[in-house]
Amino acid sequence: MTGIAFAMLLTAALAGYMMNRRAALALRDGGQRLHSLGMFHGMYAALAVLVPAIIVTLLWLALQSSVIDAIIMSGLPDGATENVDTGMVQLIKSEIHSIARGRVFGTPEPWKIEAAERLNALQAMAGWLLLAVVALISAAALFVTRRSVASEFRARQAVERIIYGLLIACSLFAIFVTVGIVLSLVFESIRFFQMVPITEFLFGTSWEPQIPIRADQIAAEGAFGWIPVLLGTLVITFVAITISVPVGLMSAIYLNEFASPGFRGIAKPLLEILAGIPTVVYGFFAILTVAPAIRAWGAALGIPVAPNTALAAGGVMAIMLIPFISSFADDALSAVPRSLRDGSMALGATRSETVLKVLFPAAIPGIVGGVLLAISRAIGETMIVVMAAGLIAKMTINPLDSVTTVTVQIVTLLIGDTAFDSPKTLAAFALGLMLFIVTLMINIVALRVVRKYRELYD
Amino acid sequence: MYDMNRVENAVGQDEIKISARNVQVWYGETHAIKDVDVDILDKTVTAFIGPSGCGKSTFLRCINRMNDSIPSARIEGEIRLDGEDIYDRSIDPVQLRARVGMVFQKPNPFPKSIYDNVSYGPRIHGLARNRAELDEIVERSLRDAALWNEVKDRLQEPGTGLSGGQQQRLCIARAIATSPEMLLMDEPCSALDPIATGQVEELIDHLRQDFSVVIVTHSMQQAARVSQKTAFFHLGSLVEYGETDEIFTKPQDPRTESYISGRIG
Ligand SMILES: Nc1ncnc2c1ncn2[C@@H]1O[C@H](COP(=O)(O)OP(=O)(O)O)[C@@H](O)[C@H]1O
Ligand SMILES: [Mg+2]
Repeated sequence: MTGIAFAMLLTAALAGYMMNRRAALALRDGGQRLHSLGMFHGMYAALAVLVPAIIVTLLWLALQSSVIDAIIMSGLPDGATENVDTGMVQLIKSEIHSIARGRVFGTPEPWKIEAAERLNALQAMAGWLLLAVVALISAAALFVTRRSVASEFRARQAVERIIYGLLIACSLFAIFVTVGIVLSLVFESIRFFQMVPITEFLFGTSWEPQIPIRADQIAAEGAFGWIPVLLGTLVITFVAITISVPVGLMSAIYLNEFASPGFRGIAKPLLEILAGIPTVVYGFFAILTVAPAIRAWGAALGIPVAPNTALAAGGVMAIMLIPFISSFADDALSAVPRSLRDGSMALGATRSETVLKVLFPAAIPGIVGGVLLAISRAIGETMIVVMAAGLIAKMTINPLDSVTTVTVQIVTLLIGDTAFDSPKTLAAFALGLMLFIVTLMINIVALRVVRKYRELYD
Repeated sequence: MYDMNRVENAVGQDEIKISARNVQVWYGETHAIKDVDVDILDKTVTAFIGPSGCGKSTFLRCINRMNDSIPSARIEGEIRLDGEDIYDRSIDPVQLRARVGMVFQKPNPFPKSIYDNVSYGPRIHGLARNRAELDEIVERSLRDAALWNEVKDRLQEPGTGLSGGQQQRLCIARAIATSPEMLLMDEPCSALDPIATGQVEELIDHLRQDFSVVIVTHSMQQAARVSQKTAFFHLGSLVEYGETDEIFTKPQDPRTESYISGRIG
């Protein structure tokens, strides 16, 4: 039914375009001077048909199922939904839906079959109703716009305004979605903090989110102090950054200043390929290659090494970040005006003196911005640590020990059978919120730094 | 051995600083400098004039080997500084550039303090043994560049915060801080307003006491005001070279004449 509605809409829009254009051209051929080209009159009609009808259709489709459900549920016989909890109501609802789709299990009560029939009827009716509404809107739009065609009608500006509105709507959409995501995080976190005090979460040093399945189980209390988890994240991020920043910077300096154009032509695309490797592949690499190598070294040196070291996870994350930092630093170095390079060379500086004393300081703000963005990527990185880091939260800063991270904990908390009303699950949202706040702050600082540096040479 | 004969129109007792013979420059296939022979004198301002793209900058960059960093550039012929072939294998271009300073068209101070801008060269080349000596070099260079009085109270402020004319004089101070023997200036006033231009021109005239100065300029008036010798380039060739007065009053070559009278360029 929706398919037909959309086909109808498109036809109406096309018809409106043709009709108005022809009408406008007829005016012109009749000797009048048109304010706007015929094309704009046509586009005005097409947009006037499409935009309102599409908005109505989308809203309709978004609301249709919940409205129908409400009607069905309220129409159930007395007693069917009383004295049962919300989970049971959900079950009844989905059973009715299954029956309506022709999948009957066992012998359902007659009132359920009746409800399913009503559901089908309502849905069919809703479809026809939608079709009628769309037809009505299109017809009205066609009628109104057809009458607007006149030599002095400013169709061009009208089209401009509609497009302007569309652009605003799209950007608002992105903003609303972001705000919605943040709000849902905040609300779920508030629910969590009603069960676990926020001070315990922020300052607690023990993270054991295991919640008993049966009430009589021992260890009935979970512990939700995020400090060890945060510490694990920081250890891995630190390892990743201390490896990737020097390597990335030096490779950028080499590529930018010393490499022959031929080498640069090969090396840059290769680095970009490195940046495009899915993180899950880096995860394999960490498990299969880096972790065993670190264990072997540890054994050879007689140092105790955990199976899932922070070093392995951080080291592989560093490999992921090297192309990122390198390309950021490369851009920052290339953005330093050539005149500074020439100025330094003309004073008798060597290339490396020029890089170290002039180009690098001039590019520092851009590079710092890149490093900050890399840090926030490292903190938020999930797949590598899920595969390569540990699960147990420990208060340690030893990179040869096994640590867990915020992202790993979020994933493990939400995997498997979860109910969205236990602290165990809600803790994931609180962790997510903290992660969001931390990376947001880093990103804001980074963007400021980068912007400041852009201003320096403009 | 190279003999130090002077060309006919050289000025009396002046020493030859740069002697170029048969210089050719190619950028890939483009023949940018063709067969240039010229002797540039010490303690003299020499102006290079000519229409855009005739190779003035290219020839200037040959003198301090700044063309080395352009991959497509290829240079032939001989350029001697005080009788020494600067393209000889034994010459280190980095050391050469400390001896032959350069000032660019657009002022290009480093994004550092005024002090660090001027002390950049002396630090690299180890010209000062301690901070006091460095301070002295900085002050002397800024004084020579006629900038000292304007900046002496804000040496630690960024050089990029100065006005265009001050920035250009800062770049001149930076260049003379390494105690070069000559100074190459590629249209040093083209980004400056008339007042700043006047200050820089005055400075150039003053610098002549210590250096050999070569200045590329688009302005015939400027060439006439500041230079003693003028070289006219056209399509990569050196058409005419001589006393500035004579070039401007009685040019020998018809191309020089039409350029000066504004018919080509
Ligand atoms: N880096 C370069 N690569 C290729 N060609 C160049 C380069 N620099 C200058 N040229 C060419 O060499 C010629 C002389 O240029 P230039 O010396 O800049 O002239 P001028 O300074 O007299 O205006 C021009 O034709 C120019 O296009
Ligand atoms: Mg030039």
